[in-house]
Amino acid sequence: MHSSPYIQNNENVSRMMLAVIYALIPGTLVYIHFFGFGVIINIFIAVITALICEVVILKIRNRPVKPFIYDGTAVLTAILLALALPSLTPWWLAALGAGFAIIIAKHLYGGMGYNPFNPAMVGYAMLLIAFPKEMTAWIPAEIHGLNFFDTLNYSFFETLPAGMNYDALTMATPLDSIKTQLSLGYTLDEIHTTNASLFGNIAGYGWEWINIMFLIGGIVLISIKVISWHIPVSMLGALAFMAMIFNFSDAGSYSPISFHLFGGAAMLGAFFIATDPVTAAASNRGRLIYGAGIGILIYIIRTWGGYPDAIAFAVLLMNMAVPMIDYYSKPPVFGAPSKG
Amino acid sequence: MTTRLWKIFGGLKLPAFKTMSMSQGTEAAPLPKTLVLPLKQHIGHAAEAIVEVGDIVLKGQMIAAAKDYVSSPIHAPSSGKIIAIEKRMVPHPSGITTDCIIIETDGEERWIENEDAINANYRQLDAGVLRDIIRDAGIVGLGGAGFPSFIKLNPGSNNMVNTLILNGAECEPYITCDAMLMQEQSRKIIDGLNIMRHALQVEHCIIAVEDNKRTAHTMLVNALQEHEVGYIDIIQVPTLYPAGGEKQLIKTLTGKEVPSTGLPINIGVVCHNVATAAATATAVLEGKPLISRYVTVTGEGVSHPRNFDVLFGTPFSELIDLCDRNSKAEQFIMGGPMMGFEVSDDNLPVIKTSNCILIQSKNTKPEFVMPCIRCGQCAEVCPAQLLPQQLYWYARAKNFDKTQDYNLFDCIECGCCSYVCPSHIPLVQYFRFAKTEIWTQEQEKKTSDIARQRHEFRQFRMERKKAENEERKRQKRELLKKVSGEKDSAEDSKKAAIDAAMARVKAKREKQSVTPENTGNLTEAQKKTIAEIDSRRKKAKDEN
Repeated sequence: MHSSPYIQNNENVSRMMLAVIYALIPGTLVYIHFFGFGVIINIFIAVITALICEVVILKIRNRPVKPFIYDGTAVLTAILLALALPSLTPWWLAALGAGFAIIIAKHLYGGMGYNPFNPAMVGYAMLLIAFPKEMTAWIPAEIHGLNFFDTLNYSFFETLPAGMNYDALTMATPLDSIKTQLSLGYTLDEIHTTNASLFGNIAGYGWEWINIMFLIGGIVLISIKVISWHIPVSMLGALAFMAMIFNFSDAGSYSPISFHLFGGAAMLGAFFIATDPVTAAASNRGRLIYGAGIGILIYIIRTWGGYPDAIAFAVLLMNMAVPMIDYYSKPPVFGAPSKG
Repeated sequence: MTTRLWKIFGGLKLPAFKTMSMSQGTEAAPLPKTLVLPLKQHIGHAAEAIVEVGDIVLKGQMIAAAKDYVSSPIHAPSSGKIIAIEKRMVPHPSGITTDCIIIETDGEERWIENEDAINANYRQLDAGVLRDIIRDAGIVGLGGAGFPSFIKLNPGSNNMVNTLILNGAECEPYITCDAMLMQEQSRKIIDGLNIMRHALQVEHCIIAVEDNKRTAHTMLVNALQEHEVGYIDIIQVPTLYPAGGEKQLIKTLTGKEVPSTGLPINIGVVCHNVATAAATATAVLEGKPLISRYVTVTGEGVSHPRNFDVLFGTPFSELIDLCDRNSKAEQFIMGGPMMGFEVSDDNLPVIKTSNCILIQSKNTKPEFVMPCIRCGQCAEVCPAQLLPQQLYWYARAKNFDKTQDYNLFDCIECGCCSYVCPSHIPLVQYFRFAKTEIWTQEQEKKTSDIARQRHEFRQFRMERKKAENEERKRQKRELLKKVSGEKDSAEDSKKAAIDAAMARVKAKREKQSVTPENTGNLTEAQKKTIAEIDSRRKKAKDEN
């Protein structure tokens, strides 16, 4: 016989995941606006691949297929991975990443709820290491001149319209350019004047708007209590704090706070990736530590590391620390002696 | 008057489902033909029957006496004949059968002589005498726990009580018996509060009512105005489940937290349910023991949900029929939907802790439980500030030491975590399982300790006997020697006396070190428990 409680609210995992997917829409639309239809093609390919892999693996593992397909976690993983890819990429990049995320990072570790590492970020990290050229070449925001069919054509046949050349079309991202040129001895001011088209008002051109839209989506998720504020706030806070200290000490070689907060995948990472509950710390205390760790690592890798952006590596490194964080961040219970 | 209230951690805003059972006033439920009275309707030892089959009993007559300090007597709810004392199914989460007294009512409702029991001027009575009256009236906590009330009115010499709280929060959905009682018997509740206050010798009293019970609050305020006393505050607390949990209510009202392993008395607070106060007033001012209570009969399985004043022993089924049972009546729950328990059928008797009978349709399709996604919503709502998802991992892995590290026993089983879990994991069920397992293990350890003590005492006894035998033999030899030659006799007898004394001292010392008294006089209940455990262990062993 079932024991109490005999009532339940109507929340479930699918609704939570669906809410997260909806909250991604504004940022994704702006992303498409600036970087073209490659974004939506990548999402499409990644989602299809993820669902196929999910079904096959569930069958092999002898698990019920329907509840785990409808829970929406595979779709969300695929979308997050696709959003992290450059928009002009061959189709197999998204497919490979999504397949790796679902099969290796999710199911080989026990499936939904048991994976210690964020599957989307495992997929992304694998691609970044295995295909560094494809993964770091971005078309410039808004001025690439490719339509939907051009992009589709490139995705599947790697052919571009006559007169266009892949290497000429693509370039480094703002974060990447700054890192490369700082290492060549230029100051931030010089970089900004020589690459004016790369930069917007507060961060990279285009990127700042994508980040603002993901920020809005994230705030909505917090307000409807799908995610808690702890991880985004502590992650962005730590990132801003690091940026503030170094920018204050040497404004010529360290980018300002706004560039870090609204550049790259900062907001996507803070509200949608680091908040993946399965791989994050469990208690609110723990989440503050976990988020702050990611924020600090992002700054360190962006500034001194070998990669232009750092969300994936920062998240994966902190995923590793989660069991320890959980162990040491146990909150005091009601009536615990220390509270008196 | 503005009162400062403190916020409790966690909790839930739940749909109330309360108005439907409050549309009409409380009426006494009709007298059933037979009343089934379990000997254990409270926390502690079962009462002991003091009547025999065939006896004629009067209404209010004690039919079972308290067995121990933590126990409570049972009284005949109506006049009639004892037709059986036997095991019957009782309302219990495990669906067990226990000893019950069954009365065939005669319909005459003849009361036992109770003129002497009326103590209108209780203020002249000693607190101890008042407690005896309350104990003998069979009063236990009517909020649902059923702990004998007189014990909570005895703070002990080490504790200072500064606040007495009457709990009228009634935070669980569907249940309205306390709300109705506060509306209809507000005078009696305040009388009971005054009696409890006198027994505890406490200055400040609070009656706490959830702010969704406006009528109840108004009626209490009106009743209080007649009394014109300044030491009672009637305070509205925010409607939030489980605001009526004892520890949560105390925190809300006083800002103080009952220590994690302690009792309210440790911080100078005593908390009783409003219905318990009303029963106390009836016992002291009218000389009538606890034989009935307000019961809410509600849920989608009845067409006209309402409250009744029900004699203990009345079967659920009669009450359900009175409320027009409908086709949805499939599942019967005693208590509320959050903390109550399902009973197998509706033929069980109403007992002292039956505050509500919830009748609903059964969800036949078993729900698919998803894996935990560690979202932490359970921890957000846990009023005990535990980490339910961590507890769940350890309980599921049967890692019981770890569950205790994560303060399993601070869990009040309010059900908030299960309610919000998006994966629909029955978390509380896992916690109950872990608690039961730990209790069983501890009981088994206790039993083996007793067995070990017995074994040690037996060995001591055998050695002592051996020593005594040797001593006797030696004395006999001495005697023979004495007869044969008398010259060393004086010296020998002196030596023997010293030896004997030393042996006595040694024996005494050994006796003290093993404290065999613990095993000497076990109570029947203890012997029974041990026998039960032995049989269970044997069974477990056989199964293996």
